[in-house]
Amino acid sequence: MMFQRLLVTLVGGAVLAASAGSALAQDSKVADELAKYRDALADGNPADLLEVKGEGLWSEKRGPKNASLEQCDLGLGPGKLEGAYAQLPKYFKDTNKVMDVESRLVHCMVTLQGFTQADVTKQWYSKPGKESDIEALVTFIGAKSNGMPINVPATHPEEAKMARMGEYIFYRRSGPQDFSCSICHGQEGKRIRLQDLGNLTTKEGAGFAMKTWPSYRVSQGAVWTMQRRLIDCMRQARWPEPNYLADSIVALETYLQKTATGTVMDTPGIER
Amino acid sequence: MNLKHALFGVLVAAAVMPALAQKAVEAPGGKFAKDAEQMFRASFKAENPKYWMTRLDQDETMKTCQQYRDNPPRKVGEKLEKLNAATIRYPVDGKLIGDWKEGEKLAAVGTGGHIGFIQPDPPGRVRGGNCYACHELAKKELAYGTIGPSLHHFGKVRGNSEDIIKYAYDKIYNSNAFSACTNMPRFGLHNWLTPEQITHIVAFLIDPESPVNKD
Ligand code: HEC
Ligand code: HEC
Repeated sequence: MMFQRLLVTLVGGAVLAASAGSALAQDSKVADELAKYRDALADGNPADLLEVKGEGLWSEKRGPKNASLEQCDLGLGPGKLEGAYAQLPKYFKDTNKVMDVESRLVHCMVTLQGFTQADVTKQWYSKPGKESDIEALVTFIGAKSNGMPINVPATHPEEAKMARMGEYIFYRRSGPQDFSCSICHGQEGKRIRLQDLGNLTTKEGAGFAMKTWPSYRVSQGAVWTMQRRLIDCMRQARWPEPNYLADSIVALETYLQKTATGTVMDTPGIER
Repeated sequence: MNLKHALFGVLVAAAVMPALAQKAVEAPGGKFAKDAEQMFRASFKAENPKYWMTRLDQDETMKTCQQYRDNPPRKVGEKLEKLNAATIRYPVDGKLIGDWKEGEKLAAVGTGGHIGFIQPDPPGRVRGGNCYACHELAKKELAYGTIGPSLHHFGKVRGNSEDIIKYAYDKIYNSNAFSACTNMPRFGLHNWLTPEQITHIVAFLIDPESPVNKD
């Protein structure tokens, strides 16, 4: 499974390098970027290491309650990981909330292991030299959905509402550049500078985007979760920074996963 | 066609048409739009600096464009275009074409104005037009985006009449004066670029010596 994914990643990377290489060889920044891609690919996807770390964290007894996460219910029942990522975000009765993989994971770390929310989210994304447990765990959980279709039909009324609220935010324009998500991600075949932007309002576009997350970002030298990705897009839009696990982010994820439903997961990906 | 069929057709049309018409203009979020706005606002720290939080405010143009998914009916669009045209301000000396070399720099700068805790721009970082994010301009710059049309040879094709100079200035100052709900930012309206900076970018687009037109 891991090897197969690596192969797909390698072939994909080679195609990308070949097509970009011919047209843009003169652009040194791009050449740099591609060199970093190749380096990263030579040893496999660096996210694979993080996945192994996440697996360890999942079963290790930790926190004030000295418990593992093995009884964590990500929506398919306690401890059921296979396909769990692909069906999130989802409505959970016990919290009466629609939760994404990250908010549910944090919920489990708090309820099962006894951590405080502030403690576990302090390092929700990695910094150079400082790894994030959440990134490792989400990479591990994501990979457990590989080969399975994204499945967020949003049939529960709370999920349906969340998807519509995500759609609202997707088209909401504001800020000193008049941006919305739709400005950058609402049309086919466009790019900003050299970065391809899919059309996230179609199944194909949203599927292509969502199936590879969490993803290793070569330009950042780190795995990014979907929360990290969307919070950074809001930064690019010149908006203030939303809170980690904010409902707006979960709503956008619900909208995007619903649109992408049916697309087969292929994570951790490698992105620019 | 017999009467029964004709009548049936009319009935079907009557039943289907309003549904279709409604669907075409249904605002994002539907009946949850109000809740969604509240939820969105609540997703940010209230103690953020005020100038951060005002970036979430929507003027009439933003609100209307969102409502119509950036595709307003012609009448609504015309109203927005008038409203936006009325905002355009000119440099005090009235000169709308500046120095293309300055404009060339400004067109390339994509930094500035990023806020937040993770990766903000350092204070005072230059703010540019970032035109290359969306447009091809000088031939030699290959890293251009395609959200907007190519502006390569803009002056060569359109000429350098007073009308074209004014059009370029107005378009950059407030893009929505011409095409309501365009993806192009309103650089002058938001004070993102000063009137003087805009005149330099106009020169970059129009001056025959500028690499936009020369190569
Ligand atoms: C100013 C342009 C811009 C805006 C506005 C913007 N994004 Fe992005 N987005 C990008 C860029 C650039 C990338 C990275 C593409 C790449 O690396 O090729 C990206 C990547 C993404 C991805 C991952 C795509 C993939 O193929 O893996 C998603 C999902 C996404 N954005 C969603 C959003 C959402 C939701 C919003 C609104 C909150 C938004 N973006 C606003 C520019 C933008
Ligand atoms: C986020 C993308 C974006 C950015 C950034 C942007 N534009 Fe545009 N621009 C567009 C789009 C889309 C159009 C086409 C629709 C329209 O006319 O508004 C356009 C149209 C134009 C036109 C009219 C072209 C014509 O044929 O009449 C001019 C001139 C122009 N842009 C100049 C600029 C300049 C100069 C900058 C930098 C200061 C800039 N744009 C930045 C998206 C952008």
